[in-house]
Amino acid sequence: MTDEHLRTSFYDLHLRQGAKMVHFAGYEMPVQYPLGVMKEHLHTRQKAGLFDVSHMGQLVLRGKSYEQVAAELETLIPMDVINLKEGRQRYGFLTNENGGIRDDIMFANRGDHIFLVVNAACVEADLAYLRKNISPEINVKHLKNRSLLALQGPMAERVLAEHYPAICDMTFMDVETIPLAGSECWVSRSGYTGEDGFEISVPETVAVDLANTLVMHDNVELIGLGARDSLRLEAGLCLYGHDIDVHTSPIEAGLSWAIQHRRKDHGGFPGADRILRDLANGQSQKRVGLQPVGKAPMREGSELFQTEGSLEKIGMITSGGFGPTVGAPVSMGYVSSEFAQPGTTIFGEVRGKRLPVKTAELPFTGPNFKR
Amino acid sequence: MKFTEEHEWLRIEDDLVVVGITEHASTQLGDIVFVELPDEGQTVSKDDEAAVIESVKAASDILAPIDGEIIEVNQAIIDEPSKINEDPLGVGWFFKIKPDDLSQMDDYMDERSYNKLIA
Repeated sequence: MTDEHLRTSFYDLHLRQGAKMVHFAGYEMPVQYPLGVMKEHLHTRQKAGLFDVSHMGQLVLRGKSYEQVAAELETLIPMDVINLKEGRQRYGFLTNENGGIRDDIMFANRGDHIFLVVNAACVEADLAYLRKNISPEINVKHLKNRSLLALQGPMAERVLAEHYPAICDMTFMDVETIPLAGSECWVSRSGYTGEDGFEISVPETVAVDLANTLVMHDNVELIGLGARDSLRLEAGLCLYGHDIDVHTSPIEAGLSWAIQHRRKDHGGFPGADRILRDLANGQSQKRVGLQPVGKAPMREGSELFQTEGSLEKIGMITSGGFGPTVGAPVSMGYVSSEFAQPGTTIFGEVRGKRLPVKTAELPFTGPNFKR
Repeated sequence: MKFTEEHEWLRIEDDLVVVGITEHASTQLGDIVFVELPDEGQTVSKDDEAAVIESVKAASDILAPIDGEIIEVNQAIIDEPSKINEDPLGVGWFFKIKPDDLSQMDDYMDERSYNKLIA
């Protein structure tokens, strides 16, 4: 039954709301609702959008103490896990021996354990890898009885405050246990849109109740994967498997900010040789924003050249499309470092034609976080 | 009016054939953000890629439904691609072809058959 796709708790809700469903990372997920990608995108930037992101993997790492689990996780990721304060979350990535990226993740200090959110397509590989490579004293559990919702946008705080006023005290990357829909939810102030917002891990038993309550709010609309992609692209955020993968070093991907000083100084994670060498010596290519000069979107796979006629490829677009908030096409990709200076005009090949595109700072919009 | 399996419509206007995409196609594609049309005066053969449209989701080719010469293209949809979503059968037309052989129109569906196809 290879064509059997999993469904999240919200499957019936999606259909009832008129979603167009697609297959994504082994799940049947909503790509858009009747509002359409453009309006869903703009609504999220102006008000609040509700996303079903339950396809993502929710993992708990538990041992004798937080410190023990943190020290073990640090052998696999170049982040400072040990000094992460309780109730705080960080962005990170599992690296491989070549200094590439196995997966990008969010991890939180939950007091006596670590809570991880990983990409849907990587869940099984991550589980096997973690279990094999950290101490058997650490229990690695995949939580299959919790759903994940994201409420994103400038009105997200106000909407959740109607249910739990103290939500306003949380700042970007805080994580707390909060009662919503009469049940224990794990809420982080984070997201994948460049907007302020929250990600809510909710027990499956009350997940649909919570989603129904939130979606009834005048300022909330359900948002599909289509707008999720254009929102994160404008926000300059990487999509695993496209903008970063097992071959990309976090340095060329522009993610060195996610590696804390202690880890840069002492290494001790897979691929540290390449990653620390790239940090010290610079890298041959860089991830940059790319803004097409004309109106034609330049999508993933478009090759980049220095001039209209030059033969040598200088880079490649890894994500691209139309940015509804920018009101123009936007892309990101990798270019040889000598062309990475923002404002450099290069050429992207679209349907056999070379069209001008300017390198640009990322993000294209925002961020609008509550620090 | 005739319809193709590629979800284009053809309408005879004077001695020209006007071509556009159907309501069904525009809904399926979603918000259209970019259009590339052929040059006026360009000769096309049936099934040539004559135009490209890009929605927020993806790019699609628009095929020339008949042989002929492109007489006029709709500049309005280049300037404002959303006009295609707003009125695909009217102001959202794509191009006008001077047909070499009008009988090529006979290969295509009438409205009733097309509605069955998309039902």
